[in-house]
Amino acid sequence: MDNREFLMRRLHSLLGIIPIGLFLTQHLIVNHFATQGVEAFNAASHFMANLPFVIFLEIFVIYLPLMYHAFYGLYIAFTSKNNPGHYSYLRNMLFVAQRYTGVFLVVFIAWHVFETRFQVAIGAAAEADFSMMENILSNPFMLAFYIVGVLAAVFHFSNGIWSFLVTWGITQSEAAQRNATYFTLLVFIVLSIIGIRALFAFV
Amino acid sequence: MGEAAKTVLFEIERRNSTDEDSYWEKFELPYKMNMNVISALMEIRRNPVNMDGEKTTPVNWDMNCLEEVCGACSMVINGKARQSCTALVDQLEQPIRLQPMKTFPVVRDLVIDRSRMFDSLKKVKAWVPIDGTHDLGDGPRMPERKRQWAYELSKCMTCGVCLEACPNVNDKSDFIGAAPLSQVRLMNAHPTGAMNRDARLNAIMGEGGLAGCGNSQNCVESCPKGIPLTTSIAALNRDTTVQMFRNFFGSDRMVD
Repeated sequence: MDNREFLMRRLHSLLGIIPIGLFLTQHLIVNHFATQGVEAFNAASHFMANLPFVIFLEIFVIYLPLMYHAFYGLYIAFTSKNNPGHYSYLRNMLFVAQRYTGVFLVVFIAWHVFETRFQVAIGAAAEADFSMMENILSNPFMLAFYIVGVLAAVFHFSNGIWSFLVTWGITQSEAAQRNATYFTLLVFIVLSIIGIRALFAFV
Repeated sequence: MGEAAKTVLFEIERRNSTDEDSYWEKFELPYKMNMNVISALMEIRRNPVNMDGEKTTPVNWDMNCLEEVCGACSMVINGKARQSCTALVDQLEQPIRLQPMKTFPVVRDLVIDRSRMFDSLKKVKAWVPIDGTHDLGDGPRMPERKRQWAYELSKCMTCGVCLEACPNVNDKSDFIGAAPLSQVRLMNAHPTGAMNRDARLNAIMGEGGLAGCGNSQNCVESCPKGIPLTTSIAALNRDTTVQMFRNFFGSDRMVD
């Protein structure tokens, strides 16, 4: 098919927001229960882990879209020739950052899933609960890794909203695109605070 | 004024042919008031002696209009792609480094082959088809305000600076770059051109088309004519979104 690349790029853009971006937001908000104590977090985590048809929700809302976005994203990242040195405009810097955070997130998310959900799946841990995260984050290197991971994910999502709006032709004029930059900056700040607060609640 | 003779330093990335490796050569030229990169290259051609005092071959470059409307003299000057005719020596940091726009095949020294851009214009059907077997009469009128707006898009001189600045136009991707995409918007805005708008939209939905844009926006920052390239790309994104749904779900109106 002649327009396969077009459709694949559009699908890549769409999946980044729906469902992956929405899932990320939901995930960070549920994590935020940790700031209200062990009980609150465990109750929320237990609720999420025991949703009806949870395995199908995970496969179709998380694993498949995420893997498509990750692997096609790697292809996109490695077919660009970044030039932030001579062309150090804001959008070009964000373009480069989008690719670096994307590649980093493939590693981070793979590790994060292996350490939490996968351990539950193979029966090495009963549930992804407060103490599991407390254990992981008691290592200062892991804490730093998770802080960078959360910030990278939130940045990639926020900047991804901006390019989603352009890719689908929603924001066209310079003014509209500038306003979208302010809006996505706000998204970045708010989600970063939520994500980082949750991380420190485990320490 | 009794000062020591002022000179200008140039470092030029040269090569003898497309397949040969490049090398740097330095030149020191006498300063002249208001000199630009082209006049400096002309001085080197007049007296091809490099900074080591050796006689060398004159540096090859391309030029035509000398007033930034033809696009032929584009090259990378101190790291940024631009036209050398409007690159004033007084405004450049020295040594002035000249490189060919290596996104394109380098013919020799600073001369590049921009054929790919002209091929892209063919691929996206960047023209208004009016030929017929009989006189079709006048076309529809274009509102004056729209004409003024479209005039800005028509300033494109196919210079290649937007392709050189774009991180997604490279040998690993077949993305055609901003310039031919902007021409699609221009031709689709033309009242007669709009009669074939779907053909152009479907062409840029093909391989190497619109989807290759990664929104780094270097093109619009670099365009010497100030063409709103990224706005054009976003507008085409909207048009192709609609076209995509039309193609998939079917529509009784394929054109507009």
